[in-house]
Amino acid sequence: MAKPKIATASLAGCFGCHMSILDIDERILQLIEIVDFDKSPIDDIKKFTGQCAVGLIEGGCANEENVHVLQDFRRHCDILIAVGDCAINGDIPALRNNIPLKECLDEAYLNGPSVFNPEKIIPNDKELPLCLDRVYPCSEVVKIDYSLPGCPPNAEIIWQALVAILNNKPLDLPYEIIKYD
Amino acid sequence: MSNEITFSIDGTIVKGKPGQTIMQAADEAGIYIPRLCYLPELTPHGSCRVCTVIVNGKPQTACTQPITEGMIVENDTPELKEHRRNLVDMMFIEGNHFCMFCERSGNCELQAMAYRLGILAPKFPFFFPDKAVDSSHKDIFLDLNRCILCGRCVNASNDIDKKGAFGFVGRGIHKKIAVNSEKNLKDTNMAVTDKAASVCPVGTINKKGTAFATPYGQRMYDEKPIGSDIEAKNK
Repeated sequence: MAKPKIATASLAGCFGCHMSILDIDERILQLIEIVDFDKSPIDDIKKFTGQCAVGLIEGGCANEENVHVLQDFRRHCDILIAVGDCAINGDIPALRNNIPLKECLDEAYLNGPSVFNPEKIIPNDKELPLCLDRVYPCSEVVKIDYSLPGCPPNAEIIWQALVAILNNKPLDLPYEIIKYD
Repeated sequence: MSNEITFSIDGTIVKGKPGQTIMQAADEAGIYIPRLCYLPELTPHGSCRVCTVIVNGKPQTACTQPITEGMIVENDTPELKEHRRNLVDMMFIEGNHFCMFCERSGNCELQAMAYRLGILAPKFPFFFPDKAVDSSHKDIFLDLNRCILCGRCVNASNDIDKKGAFGFVGRGIHKKIAVNSEKNLKDTNMAVTDKAASVCPVGTINKKGTAFATPYGQRMYDEKPIGSDIEAKNK
């Protein structure tokens, strides 16, 4: 029987949660004995090769591409897990949520103290994904099945959650490993 | 008249003294009733509603309700746990709680309550409200993004410090803590040694120069849930 597949993606985040996935250390060898990695930066597979059992999403939605990726994950993953605070509540990227988008872009590309931009151009190439008005937590875009908090979540909570979900067991996480920071 | 009042909490017989609230009697008996706005040294006002228990079939706040002979109190029930989860969820989504850079993280009672209640993520959409930050005072830093309107600072400043440095203004979703000056905290007579500077359960009122003093893993709620000290009396 084919092994179940896992996919991962980073949206508006810092890749810290992916580093935490790698922090399960040698247990990643146990993991690849029971699952195959599909679309993920870990194996650099760019497109889904089929339906996945579990999708791990890091980061929130700050631009239209993030939304497309997240919706693609929802379609291709039976269980979708929001990993880390950016995916759960927007976290650091969401600090811009109280500032109008134009002000953010002006500060970044025109008015910032270290900006050198004599032509006063705010990047507007059609290849660039459009920024959203604010950063949206994943649960405000698609249905999320489980959330693993932390910035980043420690490897232990990721490991214990994966083991429980892949074995169809309830997510009974010990107090000490649930942290929001 | 008997000097002892006998009642029950979740079927356990508890003995209290006349004039005690349910919270006071429960604490002495080693039964933890979750709470956020309550502090033993301040006048209770039942504003956070987290300590709501069912008394003889009716919801009451345990911090304000006096005990009576034979009363039946329900505290640790699935319904009340769900009610408390919803309250804590709402406190998170109505503010901007960025735990990862908050100097109170690990020692925050709101965060600890969420851990205790097993909240992995709030279930309501986030408000991302626009709140003020006041760092004008030389010793105290005020971040209203994290305020849960518990009112501890208001009570402490009024009743203990006798300064009235803080007060509530506005109604409903617009309600907030304000300082007793035209502009900023520095224009009040508040001092870092005031009781009001050390009662905040979250990271709203912070003493400058004290952040991140305790390493990760050794903070107040890293290993044991909030309320463990009270429950330890019962073991």
